[in-house]
Amino acid sequence: MSAIAPYLFIIVPIIKILLLVFVVLTADAYLTWLERKVIAHIQVRWGPYRVGPHGLLQPLADGIKFILKEDPLPDGVDKKAYFFAPFLTLMLAVTSLGVIPFGPDITILGYKTNFGIADVNISLLALFAITALSVYGIALAGWGSNSKYSLLGGLRSSAQMISYELSLTLSVVGVLLMAGTLSLKEIVEHQFNPGIGFLGWNIIGFSADHAGFTQIIGCICFFISAIAETNRVPFDLPEAESELVAGFHTEYASMKFAMFFIGEYTAMIAVSSLSTILFFGGWLSPFPASWTWTHYLPSVLLIPFGLWVLFDGIRYETIFGRIVLPVLGSALTAAGAGLALYSPVNEIIQGPFWFFVKVFAALFFYIWMRGTLPRFRYDQLMDFGWKFLLPVSIANLVLTSAVILWRMHG
Amino acid sequence: MSAVLFIFFVLAGLAVFGAAALILQSHPIHSALSLILVMLCLAGLYLLLGAEFVAAVQIIVYGGAVMVLFVFVIMLLNAGEEERTNFSKLASPFFGIPLALALGSLIAVALLRSTTQLPSPAAGGPLTSTRDLSKLLFSEFVYPFELTSFLILVAILGAIVLAQREHN
Repeated sequence: MSAIAPYLFIIVPIIKILLLVFVVLTADAYLTWLERKVIAHIQVRWGPYRVGPHGLLQPLADGIKFILKEDPLPDGVDKKAYFFAPFLTLMLAVTSLGVIPFGPDITILGYKTNFGIADVNISLLALFAITALSVYGIALAGWGSNSKYSLLGGLRSSAQMISYELSLTLSVVGVLLMAGTLSLKEIVEHQFNPGIGFLGWNIIGFSADHAGFTQIIGCICFFISAIAETNRVPFDLPEAESELVAGFHTEYASMKFAMFFIGEYTAMIAVSSLSTILFFGGWLSPFPASWTWTHYLPSVLLIPFGLWVLFDGIRYETIFGRIVLPVLGSALTAAGAGLALYSPVNEIIQGPFWFFVKVFAALFFYIWMRGTLPRFRYDQLMDFGWKFLLPVSIANLVLTSAVILWRMHG
Repeated sequence: MSAVLFIFFVLAGLAVFGAAALILQSHPIHSALSLILVMLCLAGLYLLLGAEFVAAVQIIVYGGAVMVLFVFVIMLLNAGEEERTNFSKLASPFFGIPLALALGSLIAVALLRSTTQLPSPAAGGPLTSTRDLSKLLFSEFVYPFELTSFLILVAILGAIVLAQREHN
């Protein structure tokens, strides 16, 4: 251990980066599965069901299909832009996860480290810097493809992202005023109010220093702008099928298309993590700190889930499912029981557990919206961004600063 | 060679490469992309000097907002490749190269003759915190700051008025 100690500062980040990329790509794959399942159930269908039990191997099949498909090069494309755009989109989306803290600092084998890749003082600004650059991926794809549908999609998307970036940034300033910092870690720590749990989160705003104010307006503005920034329904104008075939990625196929796809889902995860951190207390538990029995919640929730998978697996239609699902269920149950009994690990997973529960809820909300809402018309989208969302976020900023000033002097 | 110096040379080299590519490429979009590369490298250099906030703002404002507008307008006008005209063939040997040489030698002479040593940047030292920067901006430099924002507001209004006149 002591021999590698001087190099730990470089080894640990590399391990973390590899781990994060692996986890995120897997999460992206299963997010597509979740999306198809949830939308299917909203529309009273079954969704993926053939590949693996409950379609659980569908993402893997999709991945293999993406790699094996032919990758044609359309005539007259601008090669530099055409090849660079998908890389840029995916790269920026994954990079943006690098500054997000997924939990409080942890100590593993005596080495104290932050639960995330980079712990930057200005992590929020860094995140916005990355978001500001992500327009290029879509704009270049649209322009480089040498197709009128792609060009229109790219133009629409650039205009949309520029417009909604303003309200996205302004809706966050209220949170910054309350926390007095640009570091995401400190923003979460500021929302910690041991006595009252979730009431201390920025969305409710009873912070420990009594200078808080509810950021529910900011939260709604942020979420709407974030949906527009990630080009999701109801703001998916850049890829409106009925008007533009597939918008900016019409001319892309195979792995290059997959990179846009993965980039979009990674951006969704990043934005959900950001809204969790800014408004829903990040990794903080919603319960008061004195309720220590809630620390067993992650493991105790895992046990009934495992038992349910086990029970469902026993009477599953295919033999493969009848083998895989019970094994999975028993493993989950055993993991839950083990966590409940082995307290050191149980304490470490508290932060990440709550963080991922909140991110999952946000992602589910995203999918739910896609299953429910129709697409905006383009002029409505622009009107909504400039004439409603932007003034409302400015009003929220003025209101929050007034309340904070009043609380400071009153 | 220390790591900081190494990163400096990588970023500086990339910035010079981007600046050269900006001029040498004939397609406006490629030139704009090269300019973005220069902006990003400059942001990296600011980060190396310990100015986190300036680096982030450099990317958000120049790399993001300004250059997105450039790219957007070029895409909207669907500008094609530049073509070499008779005039442009003459302009570079008779005006461009002599003027570039004159400017380069002027800067070189000024650099060589200067004796003042710049204080070395806080490499690995404490970063200039955003809090200090904003305190300075909103106390000591509040009038220049507000005047600048007023100027920008007037410019925005001017742009809207001009666009409206065009529309009518």
